Amino acid sequence: MSSAIVSQPHAVDANKRKRSVMIVVACTFIGALAQVLIKFGAVHLEHANFLSTALSIFTVPSLFAGYCLYGVFAVLLVYALRDAELSIIYPVIALTYVWVSILSVVVFHETMSPLKTIGVGIIVAGVAVLGRGGTR
Amino acid sequence: MTTPVSSMAFVLGGSVIGSVGAAFLKSGALVLHGHWSRILVNWRLGIGIGAYLLSSVFFLKGVSNGELSVLYPMVSLGYICTLAWSRIFFNEALTFSKCAGVGLILIGIIFLGIGNSG
Repeated sequence: MSSAIVSQPHAVDANKRKRSVMIVVACTFIGALAQVLIKFGAVHLEHANFLSTALSIFTVPSLFAGYCLYGVFAVLLVYALRDAELSIIYPVIALTYVWVSILSVVVFHETMSPLKTIGVGIIVAGVAVLGRGGTR
Repeated sequence: MTTPVSSMAFVLGGSVIGSVGAAFLKSGALVLHGHWSRILVNWRLGIGIGAYLLSSVFFLKGVSNGELSVLYPMVSLGYICTLAWSRIFFNEALTFSKCAGVGLILIGIIFLGIGNSG
């Protein structure tokens, strides 16, 4: 009887955590799209100083679109953070690297070296460890 | 190709600023109630988003020159800081699986940094 009372909140927390982790997974894909757009725009920044780099967010269209997607990213991140621990959610944001690597192959036709493939695999494994058993 | 100290400073600084931003977003998210538009008048979220933007400008400057195999592992400072803020400010447990997950992610980032440099 007492174990049922104790275990129920844990079950709810685990479901909320998984939902939040799934939100962040979607969030990181949006973040990766933002980075690809920013990479398109970053060629304008080659010899820019610090101030003009900051201002270019508003003057270069692809940079502006990229940072707008970062806005969507931020809103989703806040909703995920509401129900889950920061120490789980923040590391999951590293999935952005995975999506960027995949998008680099798809969009920029870059080759996926064995080292990058290993890196992507290890990051996904790390995220899976966080998503499954973060609270234990 | 060598990595300028300024690039390292931008990446390390950006990592710490980003982790502080995440902590503000978390504290802002905790006091978020009612209609979604409340998100616009939450000063904690404002600081968090500002810090995030600033950290991305730092990253953009940092990785624009220098070796990614050197610069990518430096983002680990941000992850370590975030675990510290989680423990100190939000009283979150520092469990084995969290440390293992973060450790794997950092090893993966190091591999990506080396892979991207080649």
